[in-house]
Amino acid sequence: MTGDMEMLGAEMVLKALVDQGVDIVFGYPGGAVLPIYDALFKQNQLRHVLVRHEQAAVHAAEGYARSTGKVGVVLVTSGPGATNAVTGLTDALMDSVPIVCLTGQVPTHLIGNDAFQEADTTGITRPCTKHNYLVKRIEVLSRTLHEAFYVARSGRPGPVVVDLPKDVQQARGRYVGPDASEHRTYRPQTIPDPQKIAQAVDWMIAAKRPLFYCGGGVVNSGPGASDLLTRFVRMTGFPCTLTLMGLGTFPASDRQFLGMLGMHGTYEANLAMHGCDLMINIGARFDDRVTGKVTAFSPGSKKIHVDIDPSSINKNVRADLGIIGDAGAVLEALIAEWKRRAPRLDVKALDRWWQQIDQWRARDCLRYQSSNSVIKPQYALQRLYAAIKDRDFFVTTEVGQHQMWAAQFLKFEQPNRWMTSGGLGTMGYGLPAAMGVQIAHPDSLVIDVAGEASILMNIQELSTVRQFNLPVKLFILNNQWMGMVRQWQELMHGGRYSESYTASLPDFVKLAEAFGATGIRATKPQEMDSVIARMIETKGPVVVDVCVDQKENCFPMIPSGAAHNEMLLGPEDEARKPVSEEGMVLV
Amino acid sequence: MDTRIERHTICVLVDNEAGVLARVIGLFSGRGYNIESLTVAEVEKAKHLSRITIVTSGTPMIIEQIKAQLSRLVPVHKVSDLTIEGPHLERELVLVKVNGTGEKRVESLRIADIFRARVVDSTIESFVFEITGSTEKLDAFINLMQPLGLVDISRTGVVAIARGPNPL
Repeated sequence: MTGDMEMLGAEMVLKALVDQGVDIVFGYPGGAVLPIYDALFKQNQLRHVLVRHEQAAVHAAEGYARSTGKVGVVLVTSGPGATNAVTGLTDALMDSVPIVCLTGQVPTHLIGNDAFQEADTTGITRPCTKHNYLVKRIEVLSRTLHEAFYVARSGRPGPVVVDLPKDVQQARGRYVGPDASEHRTYRPQTIPDPQKIAQAVDWMIAAKRPLFYCGGGVVNSGPGASDLLTRFVRMTGFPCTLTLMGLGTFPASDRQFLGMLGMHGTYEANLAMHGCDLMINIGARFDDRVTGKVTAFSPGSKKIHVDIDPSSINKNVRADLGIIGDAGAVLEALIAEWKRRAPRLDVKALDRWWQQIDQWRARDCLRYQSSNSVIKPQYALQRLYAAIKDRDFFVTTEVGQHQMWAAQFLKFEQPNRWMTSGGLGTMGYGLPAAMGVQIAHPDSLVIDVAGEASILMNIQELSTVRQFNLPVKLFILNNQWMGMVRQWQELMHGGRYSESYTASLPDFVKLAEAFGATGIRATKPQEMDSVIARMIETKGPVVVDVCVDQKENCFPMIPSGAAHNEMLLGPEDEARKPVSEEGMVLV
Repeated sequence: MDTRIERHTICVLVDNEAGVLARVIGLFSGRGYNIESLTVAEVEKAKHLSRITIVTSGTPMIIEQIKAQLSRLVPVHKVSDLTIEGPHLERELVLVKVNGTGEKRVESLRIADIFRARVVDSTIESFVFEITGSTEKLDAFINLMQPLGLVDISRTGVVAIARGPNPL
């Protein structure tokens, strides 16, 4: 057996991937990874998807990872290959997506010599990865690769870079398979402290105005955690709101769901956050897009914060009870404790709380001015949702107004169906992410809800889409503006629309055709349904250019520097509530 | 929220591998934490372990963040906040070069004697003093040497260890 395990470094890399359960690699070849590409050529266990830009390779791997729960794998060359991947890696770090990114490196004897296509990859990626490695010796290669997968997927998931000098790829050595031994230092706590669970349940039983506030941590814990969350929320009868990253982890159709919270969250969700007396945060991180002005954030509540990452607790908002653990394990413990107590709740108080929430709901905060002559972006998404809701669908987005409207108007009943760049806010995320999702789910309907500005940031990937016959649908809400930038300029910069209008946009229908995809345009509200139907029926990739109202703004909105109870509900509020000086300096 | 700025001495046991110091320093600069002093050296050769002593300052919430952030670095074995974990010792070593002649030269020697500093190099017009002690003591010594011809200082930064029988 040992004789068989003698192999080239490049072969070892592929063997380690296979042993880690990888079947797809997203990548782009170059000088410093040629030995690995050569080894790839000689085998048929791993499929390689050739992207058109390394950033897209990482986003595609993110889409793959987030829709499957598996680790996404990227293979790029040294220097520009690695630096192009940096945006994707940072995106994966911010949104806790498990990625292993293999980068080629110049041979070890040339490191530090400013060799051709040399970059200090481990130096550059140190702050944008969960961990990284430079493998200088063949003896540690296989172990390092297995460790990279362990680190990427354990605890709070994240991207890991393994930098592979070319001479190490070409050296011969002995391959070692993955083993189950404990990592010497990295052993994240997943099982919660039972005393804290009991304390949490105590508070929940006594609560008069409780609220679940849950996020991506529940999604990352696996579909089982979402089931547990749904069971537990229903068991308690408490209202539940989700972050942008958490959408789908609790069914959107449930009466207890208040919609997304935060800057463009619903009126009822944000006011419930502001007015609750007990906040039960599971797997969310009190992001500034969620809290608004921290000093005025949910002033009257006790806060329970469940997170697998101890550094998330007490980072932005002081938690009254911090519980470290995996969301699934914590929910299991909470449910067991809840059942054991068979609690009698303060039904009267809870009824009053729900009455209050129903009043907030009655404001119908997502209402917008409908039109018979121009397509309102919200209308386009409502029609899209009506057409896809009974299908097996996945949605990715780019970043901006369209993303927020998609979060508001598309409803998710299950986790892992909604892929968006939350933390980093990466324009150009959606198309490559959709490719990764489509590869993992070849028969599902995968839609990238895009804006015309974002989509241009990785439009070259239409070529990848064509090459691999990926039937992704790009649903572009085209208002010819960087809509969110324009909205902020309108609200905070006196309507001086500095550089936010895109002149000379391409004809997206012809562009689609140039890439071998189908292009469809919609200009009138009356044709929305038929255009969407055609998009869904058309086999292969489709680009839909939805020409929407250029002036529409995304509401509700908590302007930066404001608190949850200072929301703008629509254009009529805009004029009344100017943004504060301190709000202007925030992003 | 508690906004008092506290000074804490934190010991971090790490794998002695390439880039580990850069990870720690990058964490501090990237997240805007203060480093008042940082020392590092290998302490267990066989196990490739290094010990980093960091003196930092911040509000209690920031100090808690610093420890949590350090703990989640993959090569970190242990993070220990000596300031809250009980009595501990802090020592620094400094080399001080003082140039002078006549009365000033004699005075510098006299003060060095009071502080139990050692002369480790000497020329007709200069001394190099070596002195070990707490940061406050060294600061006091340096201040006294200032008017006596101090021209150069090299300090190690703080190393620290808990009192009593227990290891880190």
